[in-house]
Amino acid sequence: MNLSDRLLLSGDEAVALAARHSGVALMTGYPGTPSTEILETFVELGGKGQWAPNEKVALEVAIGASFGTARTMVTMKHVGLNVAADPLFTAAYAEVAGALVVVSADDPGMASSQNEQDNRHYAVAAGVPMLEPADSQEAYEYTRLAIEISERWLIPVLLRLTTRVCHAKTIVDAPDSRPELSEPSYTPEIARRVMIPANARPAHRRLRGKLAEMARWNEDVGPNLEIAGDRSLGIICSGVSYMHAREAAPDASFYKVGMTYPLPLAAIARFAKSVDRCVVIEEGDPWMVDAIRASGTAVQGKSPMYRFGELNVSRVRRILSHDESQEPVPPRGKPPELCPGCPHRSVYAALKNLGCIVQGDIGCYSLGALPPYEAMETLVCMGAAIGMGLGLRHVLPSEEARRVVSVIGDSTFVHSGITGLVEMVYNPPPDGHVVLILDNGTTAMTGMQEHPGTGRTIDHKRTGKLVIEDLVRAVGIQRVHVIDPARDPQGFQDLVAECLASRELAVIIARRPCVLAAGKIKQLEKCLEQE
Amino acid sequence: MSKSNGSQSSVKNIVFAGLGGQGVLKASDIAATAALLAGFDVKKSELHGMSQRGGSVTSDVRYGDLVRSPMVPSGEADILVVIAPDQIEVNRWQLREDGLLIEPSLIDLDALTNKKSLNVALLGVLSASSSIAKEHWTQAIREHLAEKLHEANFAAFDLGRTAAQREQRQ
Ligand SMILES: Cc1ncc(C[n+]2csc(CCOP(=O)(O)OP(=O)(O)O)c2C)c(N)n1
Ligand code: SF4
Repeated sequence: MNLSDRLLLSGDEAVALAARHSGVALMTGYPGTPSTEILETFVELGGKGQWAPNEKVALEVAIGASFGTARTMVTMKHVGLNVAADPLFTAAYAEVAGALVVVSADDPGMASSQNEQDNRHYAVAAGVPMLEPADSQEAYEYTRLAIEISERWLIPVLLRLTTRVCHAKTIVDAPDSRPELSEPSYTPEIARRVMIPANARPAHRRLRGKLAEMARWNEDVGPNLEIAGDRSLGIICSGVSYMHAREAAPDASFYKVGMTYPLPLAAIARFAKSVDRCVVIEEGDPWMVDAIRASGTAVQGKSPMYRFGELNVSRVRRILSHDESQEPVPPRGKPPELCPGCPHRSVYAALKNLGCIVQGDIGCYSLGALPPYEAMETLVCMGAAIGMGLGLRHVLPSEEARRVVSVIGDSTFVHSGITGLVEMVYNPPPDGHVVLILDNGTTAMTGMQEHPGTGRTIDHKRTGKLVIEDLVRAVGIQRVHVIDPARDPQGFQDLVAECLASRELAVIIARRPCVLAAGKIKQLEKCLEQE
Repeated sequence: MSKSNGSQSSVKNIVFAGLGGQGVLKASDIAATAALLAGFDVKKSELHGMSQRGGSVTSDVRYGDLVRSPMVPSGEADILVVIAPDQIEVNRWQLREDGLLIEPSLIDLDALTNKKSLNVALLGVLSASSSIAKEHWTQAIREHLAEKLHEANFAAFDLGRTAAQREQRQ
């Protein structure tokens, strides 16, 4: 390989490059660690990509584009697929036309997530094929393969990545070979795309037929790798676990699964029989081991203690030697903090002074749960702050209920807070409720992405702007305040107190830019004004 | 994925540690690129996200003939580069027994024209005990930093490199 062809890319960058090289016409998504850089890089590379308000909308836009024969991809973190699950399950029935690749970036170990759900279950539940690359080279190759599979079987394909694939940089050799694609076009296919029961019943059968065909294809020519080594130990693995395992047991025999759903169970059974001891090494849930056992092949798995957190070379060594002793706990580093001057600081200072019961949400402002404030008391999923606040208000005795507030960031509000406000107007608690929308002008936590409320696109061009206060009024909230929480902290605190005392429905938009983004926002706005 | 079956014994394991905003990731990016330019197989891995709000950050760089896992196995770092003095103790466990600790006290901070280049100065120290040629380090710095920062960072790199060479001679 010529040195100049060697690129050092993260898995996210490799996926983006492959999407460009494959002629993906539209990529959509919603930010979320560790997936965010895929869409950002795709746009940097000149592709057409756009942030959607949330993952469900992102997937729906992609489904439409795919019905129009365009090649499309959708990116999100693992929990994003919960939001997008509804369209995914039925898109598997409705035949796509252009490729539709759904990227789920899982976060075992929860480097930056609220749970470590294992999205391999989604492939089975929705009935869509799944590919799992082990490094950036495979991230590149499997993205291209996912597109081929999607167009061959007219089905969405799940490209499942994990943190150490997304964010590890490894060497990629990526020859640019763009296909000749025809212009997107539309042909109605009512019986195949209108999923009323009469059409969905045969569609489900068609889906199972495709999965059976794909399973045969995977057995014969799927992207799976068998390495004949020492026959005393055979290891079945996928994704980055392969890298850890190959290093932990360099002499063992390996069966590395690249397409993990539908699994190549016959090939796996043959491999398992060919070795004395066969162990499945997988991160997260005992998913592959259960499926292999259910197919009648005896294999060993891991002790339940290794279900938690990421795997690494040391943990794989322990699994292989049945070591269940307590693992050394590394010293705790310094926890993150709200930046000095962060506008969220003023908000939590006031809420703490007022003794509020704060129902929280996800974003930088989640750090309000940690010292010095320890003011935010719940975090479940994006948008939940409003619903949870309402629930508490409905059931608590009045004097406690009146202290409940919901805090939610601007990007999170657009993502999934709007329906919570509708609920608030439709089912108001007896003592009203107070929602604080922390509008710092960006999606700070994931690295300052634009969103509909900033009025700028992913590449910072002017576009339609969602004016949050107008929307809140349109929903039917009478008491709407827009205030800078840091300019006059006492004034801000008094306003919150006044809203709480009013026993009405109130929304306070605490508007002040994130200190890390403020300079860039100012500069962008100046450029846009001059245009 | 590398298809060859070569052994991993020649892999050099480096862990970079510090606090969000100190250039930990920048330093590891530069080191990984230098290894790439020198013709090695290389992998680099870190955790992004919340850790960047001033919290602890670490990044692993591994290079050699063939690298498998992107993470340095626990306690097997050959070199630990720490940019924040208060992060030395929490990261020491990553270093193997005879491993090399590279810390800010090796640098004459008064001689640093731009304090933000401490990360690159420590790369200079690192370079003195690596088999990567100086030209590859210089090229990597050029690729990862804006042009207006080049001069200050080349100076910082040289400061670290000379300090380390002086130490080695002693
Ligand atoms: C369904 C889902 N998608 C994405 C994420 C990742 N994520 C968490 S909060 C957030 C947005 C944070 O932005 P904002 O609400 O504006 O708060 P800020 O960080 O700016 O304070 C994102 C993208 C998630 N946790 N869940
Ligand atoms: S990045 Fe912005 S929003 Fe996040 S803590 Fe810092 S100032 Fe606050």
